[in-house]
Amino acid sequence: MFSDFMLTHAWLIPLLPALAFLWIGFFTRLHKKRSAAIAITMSSLSFLLACGVTWAVLSGPITMETPFVQKTLWFEIGSVRIFMGSLVDPLTAMMLMVVTMVSLLVQIYSVGYMAHDPGAGRFFAFLSLFAASMLGLVIAVNFAQLYVFWELVGLCSYLLIGFYYDKVSAREAAKKAFITTRIGDFGLLLGILLLQITFGTLDFQELKVLVPAYIWISGTSFMTIVGLLLFIGPIGKSGQFPLHVWLPDAMEGPTPVSALIHAATMVVAGVYLVGRAYFIFSALPVVMNVIAWLGGFTAFFAATIALTQRPIKRILAYSTISQLGYMMLALGVGSLTASMFHLMTHAFFKALLFLCAGAVIEAMQDEADIFKMGGLRKKMPVTFAAMTIGVLAISGLPPFAGFFSKDEILGAAAAVSTPLYLLGTLTAFLTAFYMARLLFVTFFGEASPGCPATETNAFMRWPLIVLAVLSCVSGLWGHFAGFGEWVYFGAAEETGIDWVIAGTSTVLSLVAIGLAYEIYVAKRWSAYEISQRFGVLYTLSFNKYYIDEFYTLLRRTFCDGLGRILYWIDLHVIDGIVNGLARLVGVLSTIFTFLQNGQVQRYVAVFYGGVIVLVAYSLFYAYKVLTLLGGAF
Amino acid sequence: MGFPLLSVVFLAPLAAALFLCFLSRDARDVIRKTAAGAMTLTLLLTIYAYVSYDTAMGGMQFTESIPWITDLGVSYSLGVDGISLPMLFLTEVIGLAAVFSSWNIDKRPKEFFILLLVLIAGVSGTFIARDLFIFLLCYEVVVIPIYIMVLIWGSTKRVTKEYAGIKLTIYLLMGSAFMLVGIVALYLQAYPQPLRTFDIEALIAASQMGSFSESFQIFTFFLLLLGFGSLLSMFPFHSWSPDGYAGAPTAVSMIHAGVLKKIGGYGLIRLGLLVLPLGAKFWAPLIAGLAMINVLYAAYIAMVQKDLKYIVGYSSVSHMGYVLLGFAALNVVSISGAVANMVAHGIMASLFFSQIGFIYEKTHLRSIPELCGLAHQMPRLTIGFMLAGLASVGLPGLIGFVPEFTIFVGSFAAYPVFAVLAISGIIFTALYILRMLAKVLFGPKSDRFDGYQDERGIEMLPLILLGIVLVGMGLFPELLMGVISSGVEPIAPLLEQIADAPTLLGGVR
Repeated sequence: MFSDFMLTHAWLIPLLPALAFLWIGFFTRLHKKRSAAIAITMSSLSFLLACGVTWAVLSGPITMETPFVQKTLWFEIGSVRIFMGSLVDPLTAMMLMVVTMVSLLVQIYSVGYMAHDPGAGRFFAFLSLFAASMLGLVIAVNFAQLYVFWELVGLCSYLLIGFYYDKVSAREAAKKAFITTRIGDFGLLLGILLLQITFGTLDFQELKVLVPAYIWISGTSFMTIVGLLLFIGPIGKSGQFPLHVWLPDAMEGPTPVSALIHAATMVVAGVYLVGRAYFIFSALPVVMNVIAWLGGFTAFFAATIALTQRPIKRILAYSTISQLGYMMLALGVGSLTASMFHLMTHAFFKALLFLCAGAVIEAMQDEADIFKMGGLRKKMPVTFAAMTIGVLAISGLPPFAGFFSKDEILGAAAAVSTPLYLLGTLTAFLTAFYMARLLFVTFFGEASPGCPATETNAFMRWPLIVLAVLSCVSGLWGHFAGFGEWVYFGAAEETGIDWVIAGTSTVLSLVAIGLAYEIYVAKRWSAYEISQRFGVLYTLSFNKYYIDEFYTLLRRTFCDGLGRILYWIDLHVIDGIVNGLARLVGVLSTIFTFLQNGQVQRYVAVFYGGVIVLVAYSLFYAYKVLTLLGGAF
Repeated sequence: MGFPLLSVVFLAPLAAALFLCFLSRDARDVIRKTAAGAMTLTLLLTIYAYVSYDTAMGGMQFTESIPWITDLGVSYSLGVDGISLPMLFLTEVIGLAAVFSSWNIDKRPKEFFILLLVLIAGVSGTFIARDLFIFLLCYEVVVIPIYIMVLIWGSTKRVTKEYAGIKLTIYLLMGSAFMLVGIVALYLQAYPQPLRTFDIEALIAASQMGSFSESFQIFTFFLLLLGFGSLLSMFPFHSWSPDGYAGAPTAVSMIHAGVLKKIGGYGLIRLGLLVLPLGAKFWAPLIAGLAMINVLYAAYIAMVQKDLKYIVGYSSVSHMGYVLLGFAALNVVSISGAVANMVAHGIMASLFFSQIGFIYEKTHLRSIPELCGLAHQMPRLTIGFMLAGLASVGLPGLIGFVPEFTIFVGSFAAYPVFAVLAISGIIFTALYILRMLAKVLFGPKSDRFDGYQDERGIEMLPLILLGIVLVGMGLFPELLMGVISSGVEPIAPLLEQIADAPTLLGGVR
């Protein structure tokens, strides 16, 4: 009874924050406290509903194969019928929990963080819309609904990254995020259109039957194209190489937004899409290979950049790209379980890390460069403890959350491809190093004199504590409660630990942390000298391999340059012809004016001219007739 | 016959215009209130028609018919179906919004509102006419007020308003000349003398009976394509559009970009496709190619524009490419999408122009490099601008998304290459729209604009009116698609018929 009620009302989960958005937008925008209260109330309600739905899923007959589906017609044209609704299976339930929980915590944190911002009302409105869009995406029943909310998630990130709209950098970052992900959306849209015209439906449940049948009959070649096109969307949204460039810039938004974007909403949408449409991807070996290798490469590539960055949020941003790479890698090597497990644990520890970073930045009065911090350990003990847990979790040390999920991924990779496994393990080493660097530089050493930092207020502190606890236990829970029997594709997976793989990566992480300690705390080696020794590599990494510069060049050449050429053509060729024709008419009219100027003499002249022409013509005609007649005679 | 709803919708603005003629030129308040009153009445009636239109029955409803010039077979016959009703709705919404956008006009308000009302009546007349004679008559009526309005109330920037006015007018007239020849050809060919008629349904019936040979259809469709295509700013007949909008006063830009342009698309479907289906099939591949050029070419040019009105002008050329693509694919889905996209673009373009008009009215600036950070001083304008911009980008939840999606679904199979290229337009559209939004609205606060008031009172009405439609039909697309679908579904047999028909010349390839 109760579980039926929960399932049939799952659609309320995205609706409530959407209502909060409307309510705040129309009525309480200028009222900071009321806006926050509405947003948090609605988020709490949707969190409770998500708990109810999860309970219903865990206790009821809902599995990955037999989801609960409910839908209503959105619009209909000819044979195209597009529905909106809610699809609930364990994967959805897990996502609902993660998204509602993280966004609730972020909103509570924001009460403290945005306390002095006059735009706080607008901020809570956008946060609510963000949560609503992501939740709508999570419960999507078909690709159309997924695309709709996918775009809305993009809109919200645009609005929130550009929240401080008086800053040019924020404005540009917001634009960049939208346009870069749009490139991905173009591919995704093409893929969706191909699905629609090939199968006549976009419904996940129907496609689950139709796609394998189609592949069985006509092979994988066409579906491989579709799969690759679909995957371009996640490349953009989940910040995979080469469309990752927007994600580091996204830190221009207020820090709670970064936490939300990087942890629970926006970027994981791409991973979730691949997971949701896994019945397509997993049947296409070529696409799976692409996903795995692109994910593995992105994980490694982003980690190498994170090694040398200085702003605290940028380091975390590259770590997000890297971790998303891991999730993609897991999907590519065929483990939905590992990927979603890591998605969940990452959501907790990355939100934790970002919120800690926000606390640090606020305490340092908007100073983001870690090398201008130091010694915050004593001044901000709670934040320090939380940050340490976050760093240990992302570094994959037992018993923290990242250990279990990362081990799952590396295990899955090792089972498929040794190079990918090695790449993943190497990345784990780098991850531990740069995260330890962040922690040591920020919190150890001596505080600079006159450092203003103090511990954060209660609104910001409690979400940190909750997330820290989750970062400790969610891995253990997932491992022992059997996450793999719950969220899986095909057959349920054992969440066992391969001690060789886990041991190797743990030892490597410890070595990396030790190395970072020697460099940044004990100062046994000088970081500067190391960077000098690897001059070229350091410069490349520090400048993010110049990819942004390359894209700017591309845009200048192929968009603005071509645009200017076409504009020239429009002005001088197309309009030239138009204006030329107009001028021709003008010239003709002067000629006719010349002929009709009201003077009798000219009329007579024209008249005689006409007579001469006519006579000449008749003579010519007569001649022609005569020759013809002559021929006849 | 009951209440002549369409006649009232058609004649109310004209009656108001006539009434205005007798008012003193100083009575600005009475003048504009009269205009607003007349347009509110027509809008309410149109909404009533829209809501009470029986989509299950479909076909022409609210019909009226009075024989007029019987010797020529002309009758005053009106009616709306699922294709023309949304267009009529569009006209009246934008008409009322345009009246409110012109609220503060100082220069000769009496003449301005008279011409505006005549213009609106003319445009709505073209959509509700079931008789080609009435259609043409209304169309020609439209040209005159536009020319005068651009000349008197227009603005000179890159081109002079005189140039803009004459360019706009000549294009409209050239289009109508081709149209006229085409229509006369139809008239003469359809029936022998005593039966001759301008009635569109009768012409469609004649076409079904095979009165038009294929070569006749191909030739006549080409004439109509020249006429309607240049009205729809089809490449290479588009260059009037940016210049014309830039020179025209706000209300004219709104109506022109919002609805008048759409007569082109409407005509192509109503006359081109229904009366000359084989002609449509023959020229469709060419139209699809030009559509793709429209989308990309105009989007690229929009990227390097500096004047706000030029950006929206080129943007509208670009969006019309989607309409053409939807038409060219010749199936129920794509044509429904084309009709819906005309409505969608009408709403967003007129919202854009009304907001630009507001900025210009306050600051006398339209050039992007000179504008900066208006969100600080004008938050309401920012909302309007953002809504219009995001709808142009095709954001779901706003009116632009579903029509575009429908066009893409419908045209992908028919013209995969053109469709893919045209769909890539979504990236470039985002690029130029977001650049414009970013520069004009956001960024550091500029003291220069400190003294300017945000929209308030009547000034907010265009935003509210158009915004409601923009969001309402975006969230609930069935409001729009349901009606359109009932208008396009009946064409399905015809479309299947021409899809199978062997063509004389094999079509343009």
